[in-house]
Amino acid sequence: MRVKDRGLVDRRQSVSFRFDGNTYRGHPGDTLASALLANDIRLVARSFKYHRPRGILTASSEEPNALVTIGTGPATDPNVRATVQEIYDGFEARSQNAWPSLALDVMSVNDLAAPFLGAGFYYKTFMWPRAFWEKLYEPVIRKAAGLGALAKDKDDDHYEKAYAFCDVLVIGAGPAGLMAAWTAAQAGVQVILADEDSIMGGRLNAETHEVEGQPGADWAAGIVAKLAAMDNVRLMRRTTVTGAYDGGTFGALERVSHHVATVPAGGVKETFWRIVAKRSVLAAGAIERHIAFENNDRPGIMAAGAVRAYLNRWGVAPGKAVTVFANNDDAHRTAMDMQDAGVHVAAVVDSRKDAKAFGDYKLIAGGLVNGTAGRGGLNAISIQTGAGQEKIATDCLAVSGGWNPTIHLTCHMNGRPRWNADLISFVPTPGAIPGMETAGACNGAFSTSQCFAEGIAAARTSLEALGLKAPEVALPDTENTEYVVEPIWAVPGKGRAWLDFQNDVSVKDVRQAAKENFTSVEHMKRYTTQGMATDQGKNSNVTALALLADATGRGIPETGTTTFRPPYSPVALAALGAGAQGAGFAPERKTTSHVATVDAGAPMIAAGLWYRPSYFPQDGEKNWRQSCDREVGFVRDAVGVCDVSTLGKIDIQGPDAAKLLDFVYVNMFSTLKEGRVRYGLMLREDGFVMDDGTTARLAANHYVMTTTTAAAGQVMRHLEFATQALHPEWDVRIVSVTEQWAQFAVAGPQSRALLNGLLDSPIDNDTWPFMSCGPVRVLGVAGRLFRISFSGEHAYEIAVPARYGDSLFRLLVARAKETGGGAYGMEALNVLRLEKGFITHAEIDGRVTAGDIGMERMMSQKKDFIGKTMAARPGLVEEGRAQLVGLKPIGPVKQLTAGAHIYADGAEPVRAHDQGYVTSVGFSPTLGHFIGLGFVRDGLIRKGEVLNMVDHVRGIQTRVELCEPVFFDPDGGRTRD
Amino acid sequence: MRLPCPICGARDVREFYYQGAAEMLRRPAEDAGEAAWDNYLHLRDNPAGDLEELWSHDAGCGAWLVVTRHTGSHDVKGAVLALEVKR
Repeated sequence: MRVKDRGLVDRRQSVSFRFDGNTYRGHPGDTLASALLANDIRLVARSFKYHRPRGILTASSEEPNALVTIGTGPATDPNVRATVQEIYDGFEARSQNAWPSLALDVMSVNDLAAPFLGAGFYYKTFMWPRAFWEKLYEPVIRKAAGLGALAKDKDDDHYEKAYAFCDVLVIGAGPAGLMAAWTAAQAGVQVILADEDSIMGGRLNAETHEVEGQPGADWAAGIVAKLAAMDNVRLMRRTTVTGAYDGGTFGALERVSHHVATVPAGGVKETFWRIVAKRSVLAAGAIERHIAFENNDRPGIMAAGAVRAYLNRWGVAPGKAVTVFANNDDAHRTAMDMQDAGVHVAAVVDSRKDAKAFGDYKLIAGGLVNGTAGRGGLNAISIQTGAGQEKIATDCLAVSGGWNPTIHLTCHMNGRPRWNADLISFVPTPGAIPGMETAGACNGAFSTSQCFAEGIAAARTSLEALGLKAPEVALPDTENTEYVVEPIWAVPGKGRAWLDFQNDVSVKDVRQAAKENFTSVEHMKRYTTQGMATDQGKNSNVTALALLADATGRGIPETGTTTFRPPYSPVALAALGAGAQGAGFAPERKTTSHVATVDAGAPMIAAGLWYRPSYFPQDGEKNWRQSCDREVGFVRDAVGVCDVSTLGKIDIQGPDAAKLLDFVYVNMFSTLKEGRVRYGLMLREDGFVMDDGTTARLAANHYVMTTTTAAAGQVMRHLEFATQALHPEWDVRIVSVTEQWAQFAVAGPQSRALLNGLLDSPIDNDTWPFMSCGPVRVLGVAGRLFRISFSGEHAYEIAVPARYGDSLFRLLVARAKETGGGAYGMEALNVLRLEKGFITHAEIDGRVTAGDIGMERMMSQKKDFIGKTMAARPGLVEEGRAQLVGLKPIGPVKQLTAGAHIYADGAEPVRAHDQGYVTSVGFSPTLGHFIGLGFVRDGLIRKGEVLNMVDHVRGIQTRVELCEPVFFDPDGGRTRD
Repeated sequence: MRLPCPICGARDVREFYYQGAAEMLRRPAEDAGEAAWDNYLHLRDNPAGDLEELWSHDAGCGAWLVVTRHTGSHDVKGAVLALEVKR
């Protein structure tokens, strides 16, 4: 229920929201949790395994119980924490893991079967028959146990990635974080202050402490306003810093628009930030821990600090008769704040025998709550006192087992926390994250004054580390109460006392694990599921390991903690992968002819990041083969045009350009004449083929190298390595010009005639013989012409600056069509090169030597080159290596398939008899049958042999004859004429 | 992780291509013999400590760097241009 004159919600306005189909009212500033409690809704969820009724436990992001589903269809968000989700007018949420309803969940029969479902039950039961596990047991268990269900459809919401840089990142905007940010900001450095809450201030908004004579929340709002007005400060609300990584890099999730009814057009739901900070201050606060006692999980049993937060921040009393059960002074504040607000406090049960009351309430010192009652919601507790059992009627039990500093981020780089016996909790190890200071409650400093002081000190240390003089900042006047606590982990008793509410792990389960020798904390976690799922056991981990320590007779520090890993709280994959869906998955590189090509109806295929046409269909063609055959035909008979701009083009200039080429290619380029082009083969230093291509010498000190499309980046990096890391003394510069030039192959008997219609000065066989190159003018545009051929025809490649590419392509294709030709795609290009036995990366796949492809003699003996020494290794030159061959079918089966293996004729097609494999195949319309390239053991000297091709995957067997890889025009006359 | 490119400044590791130990800078002569070449290509120290390694700033200036990195903590002690090391 709402309490008068309390809280920061806007009482002047009211919003309507729905939960499980019922309509309620709340106020702007409410979370779903506070609004439900204001409406006296206590049962909000069913537990994961036993479907026990659960309520709201906390007031923050560590909430294990109150998970709901919001949205419908593809926009469904499961496992939304009611304690984080803000409501707005029209907001709607549904409970999860309950059927037919939250109040009447039939799966709660699991709770009756609990004796059989304890720790590790699925390791011990459902074992036989073995085959039943996958088909029956697991699906049934998964359906019965669970959190919310994901939408199956594509999520249309927008997520974003963003990057930020700063001098000092302050994580958490409670008293320590605010003072750290304020102090750092005074020095003029760039400050980012990130906080997961919707309003900054942390516990200052949840307590009644005064600061500088003002209510803490007002003081916080004041300093936040001052920070907001500073140009060097960026405030990031609703932003959880989820991980700490190397080099001062942090991940952070900003929930941009979960709190508004409609995301504005173009707006995003969440943004995942990478924040790079020179220094950081962790001021993450602390999380209150529960105490294990019988049936300590009923709705109405809450964290003591959360009960105060609901009262002081949201103006909500979670009950009409509140009791407190604690082992520390701090929890007494809950009773005092409740009384101040006019809420009845039935009793404060303090486990410490010497506990003292701080106000006028009934104190049971040395008492232990050992039982609760109330199906669906708490109505009474039983207490073991020095005088016996006592029963008290209460609808809200505020529990505090002490506070655990929120040390998670300090452990993300393998740091291990230290045990502090006074605080009975783990505290950060200094220096665990390079450049990070810790301050306030996360550091074990629990009074407001200590938080302020540590915040100032952390900022000063950070500024000094940046080489700056830290400004003097006055310590605000506020409370400085000592934190007094005495350990109490679990109240003795027979019934089930819960630790991890989200996974239904009880004290008994932890002891069972210890008994079965799962004594390492990591083993206990996996055996019991303690600390798993969305909350990662933030409320319960320390208690669980204290009980494990007790059960194994070790101390807590020796028992240790499990490893904290990012993210601190759940991050949707949609946010991590923002922008990388669909077309955003990888960059798309498009040639200048892309539009004309797509307009012509050509299906595009990906070649690395590039998109290239598969073929250019014509009316009446029923399949790709018909188009391909026609395109091959017109290149052989007339002229075809193909965009080859995707090949890597590297401009190489300088007095030592020739030296570089001689060094990276196996053959000589220093002897290449100006105006000529040469084929070159490149090895890796280990002696295997890296890439091939043609290189043109445009001038004495100016070459243009082409690489294959696939290896363009690798070759560029390779040349950079050769020039920077191996021979920096050479005077040579290299630059990629792949995207600067649009380049088109014009291939076929009519190619010169076609070009002469476009070139300002016509060419002939004398001025432009095969393998010549040079500058030309194409309709007035300065370009380059190379007489090279990947098709075996009289052919050219013509290059113009990329801005003329679209225009030139359209012109070339139009002119080609006039003589019965046209544009051709990758399928035809592949068949044309296969007919000529030209290799691609299907052949030079990284396992192949120059000798394997019959190019051994290209390797110059007159110079050193990369790969030369290792290419001479015995293993690379010995007999028995698989070598390049041509393959043609000679039996009744005519089909060849790439990937098939080759066996001796008549031999059983098993691995032991393997002779080689097929790398590329195509149907040659020129020859009228399939042709292929492949690698066969000692293939270079086995031409004419008949072997058996077997494709085990497709079930094809074809008798093949090994032949020369060049199937068509073997003497190359067509190329030169 | 961030690497301090001497040309571009500190940059996210995703801009870089990793090559391996800086041993690759010390290419043996053609006739240095099997052992030298074997060492150059294959044999690497694997220290749990500082290692000099080659990174290429592929998505940046294209420079090859020699980075000193602690293999245990990823603490980057510094980076110099490979061509400076060779000179």
